[in-house]
Amino acid sequence: MPNVVRHHATEVVLTAVIIVMGAFLTLSTDRFLTLGNVFDLLNISSVNIIFTVGLLVVLIAGGIDISFAVAASVVQYVTVLALGGIGGGGWLSGFLIAASVGILLGLINAVLIHRFRIISIVATIATFNIYFGLLMFFTKGVSIYTLPDWLTTRVVLYEREMADGSWAEITLPVAVMILCVMTTWLLLARTTTGRQLFAFGDNPEGARRFGIPIGAMQFIAFGWLGLMAGVAGLMQAHYAQEVVPNALYGRELDVLAAVVLGGARLGGGKGSVLGCVLGVLLVSVTQNGLNLMGVSPFAFKMIVGAIILTAITLSSVRLEKLAPILSRRTQDTGSTAGKGEIR
Amino acid sequence: MSIATDTGASARPILSLRGISMTFGGVRALKNVSFEVMPGEVHCLAGENGSGKSTLIKVVSGVYTPAPGAEIVFDGETLTRMTPVMAQEKGIQIIWQDLALFPEMSVAENIAFQSLSGPRMRLVDYSAIRRIARNALSRLGVMLDVERPLKDFAIAQRQIVAIARALVGEARVVFMDEPTASLTQSETDHLLAIVRTLSASGVAVVLVSHRLAEVLAISSRITVLRDGALVGVYPVAGMTQSGITELMTGRSFDERVRAREVTKNPVVLSVAHLSRPREFEDISFDLRRGETLGVTGLLGAGRTELALTLFGMRKPSAGSITLEGRPVRFSSNRDAIAAGIAYLSEDRLSLGLNQPQSIADNLVMASLDRILKRGLIASDRKRSLVARWIADLGIRIGLQEDAISTLSGGNQQRVAIAKWLATDPKVLILDAPTVGVDVGARAGIFEIVARLAEAGLAIIRISDEVPEVYLNADRIIHMKKGRIAGWHDPRATTLKALEAAVYA
Repeated sequence: MPNVVRHHATEVVLTAVIIVMGAFLTLSTDRFLTLGNVFDLLNISSVNIIFTVGLLVVLIAGGIDISFAVAASVVQYVTVLALGGIGGGGWLSGFLIAASVGILLGLINAVLIHRFRIISIVATIATFNIYFGLLMFFTKGVSIYTLPDWLTTRVVLYEREMADGSWAEITLPVAVMILCVMTTWLLLARTTTGRQLFAFGDNPEGARRFGIPIGAMQFIAFGWLGLMAGVAGLMQAHYAQEVVPNALYGRELDVLAAVVLGGARLGGGKGSVLGCVLGVLLVSVTQNGLNLMGVSPFAFKMIVGAIILTAITLSSVRLEKLAPILSRRTQDTGSTAGKGEIR
Repeated sequence: MSIATDTGASARPILSLRGISMTFGGVRALKNVSFEVMPGEVHCLAGENGSGKSTLIKVVSGVYTPAPGAEIVFDGETLTRMTPVMAQEKGIQIIWQDLALFPEMSVAENIAFQSLSGPRMRLVDYSAIRRIARNALSRLGVMLDVERPLKDFAIAQRQIVAIARALVGEARVVFMDEPTASLTQSETDHLLAIVRTLSASGVAVVLVSHRLAEVLAISSRITVLRDGALVGVYPVAGMTQSGITELMTGRSFDERVRAREVTKNPVVLSVAHLSRPREFEDISFDLRRGETLGVTGLLGAGRTELALTLFGMRKPSAGSITLEGRPVRFSSNRDAIAAGIAYLSEDRLSLGLNQPQSIADNLVMASLDRILKRGLIASDRKRSLVARWIADLGIRIGLQEDAISTLSGGNQQRVAIAKWLATDPKVLILDAPTVGVDVGARAGIFEIVARLAEAGLAIIRISDEVPEVYLNADRIIHMKKGRIAGWHDPRATTLKALEAAVYA
């Protein structure tokens, strides 16, 4: 069996599931495989993909974060208020403010985890409540509808008129998403820091004995997620053209599900950027397909849950079992084989 | 091995430590210990758990800073202090018992991890990493697919990866902490061959091991520690295993064969033609009241698999199990426990005991139905049951509520045995009961097991340490590739003959 297929089993299975679903939707609806719909899928998935690649870095480093989605809401408010303070601003100042506030909120988590030795799930559940509580307290739950014009104007990067007169468009969030995906991939796969994050998540004690700075690992991971959350928050405000305090509340679970679906391991040391993208796309394709097929929106959550379960079951079954033909090269699991059954 | 034994007066030690003391919270872990190793020497560092071996390694590697007055001389240069970074730069490499590897990462990244570490962010040059890894492996004469993740490989190969990693750091002294603890005999032989290769190339190797037979075969000198103090440094030539054991424990041990005549006792457990595909085949034996049946053989001989089948955790494909004259068929280990079979797992740390839980909770785990009152656990019954077994097996504890992890290996194993005795078994299967238990504490466990046998308990005793089985069993089954390769009577054979048969 080729190395690429075996080492990226999750990505292969997700791609296969997406292709099967895509083929089914192409045959059963007449709109699924149109340029307009595919672009729409990308436009609506962008914010979540930015979140997932951020969370991926934290999961790889062996942590978890519950607070990043409401942190992104805080970023939206602070950014919009700050932009108002400096007289409107523009994309550059918008990104700078959103990124800085996002990083700051991420680093608060890192301080709690590293400095005060609080395990990440507890620390971030606490900051989740604090961030959201502060937001509701200071905004009294009131949304902001009057954003700067530049922020609410759709930025179309590529467009094409379709035969039926509709427009297929690629918008700014897609470009930002691609940039986030590429830089996260570069960080994780191609830099020494990225490999140290993997090593730290895989075996913290081993990493420590090698002199890897543990604190720096936490700060980089949570700082990166904070950066991505800040950017995602700005893109979501841009896309929705409004800032609603609880717009992103609950998003953390969708994002976490997508990252784990994409092959990241809760506990650290494992996960891929491609897997994250596929994990989000799988959920988006499902929802999009249900929409096109005219299924009641009340059934969406249920069906999405079922699809997640199916995909994760498929990807945890050994590929060799699904396709015996591929398994010509036998794996050497050595003397530990068999003990696994007992555990 | 000429280089390894050449420690003449002219040679200068590559590493020499003098006056090393360490105190942890009032406990002196090392008392004025000295240690030295010659270039290219294979040196053994021996001592029971808690004797200070690991502390000494941590001083050498710079993890701990010794008390003032310590002197560390490396290759003629006196160092005032040692840090982990300095140790690596000097070429002092430690292969920790847990290997400190990264299972999800590739073999190449694990071996060449040094080029991935360091505070400055750089781009990763994967082709250089693969080259470094292949070079290190080829120095050891081993070929592995360096692009596969480490988790695909067995423990013996991971050990080789750890050694290869040490070589990348231009090692001059390599410390190996219990390197053979989880290896089979042939894997151990391969590892020792690698140690010889290293030694021949001028690298000093310090083996920290409790498997003394191998140490004797390969080391030129041995340093013995006891209770944090240096007992002495001895040339290995002329040393015997029991001599080293005496130095380590400060006591002498009775090494007589315990085997007794039990053929007149009634049969408790009868196994006929038991088979499970690819695990074991056609296993038949009778186990009598009060008998200790030793089962030995190499790892992978099917010993543990057989035990798990007798314990109801796996189903045989053919053959029968008869307990006290009645054929039994277990659908789970709960049935087996109810029928009177107890199984002490070989892996006490992860399977046998629940480390964070209390001593009391661990002890009653298998016999909860005996301490119920109206369907709920009665704390007075639990307390008295625990107290009885603690006293009966002479377990040294603080409080019943203390976590089991606070106990020494020997005392933990006693709790594990008590856990099963509390189920009132007819047959007790002990799988590697002395793994991770000190030489001194082993004797205590042997005594307990012998007493249980005297009292009529039928015992199956599984171990890959042939002397342990030889000295403590009434009859011995030697298993090989899932089959019974031979029956031995300890009174009618010698340890040498038995070892020759097992390792053949």
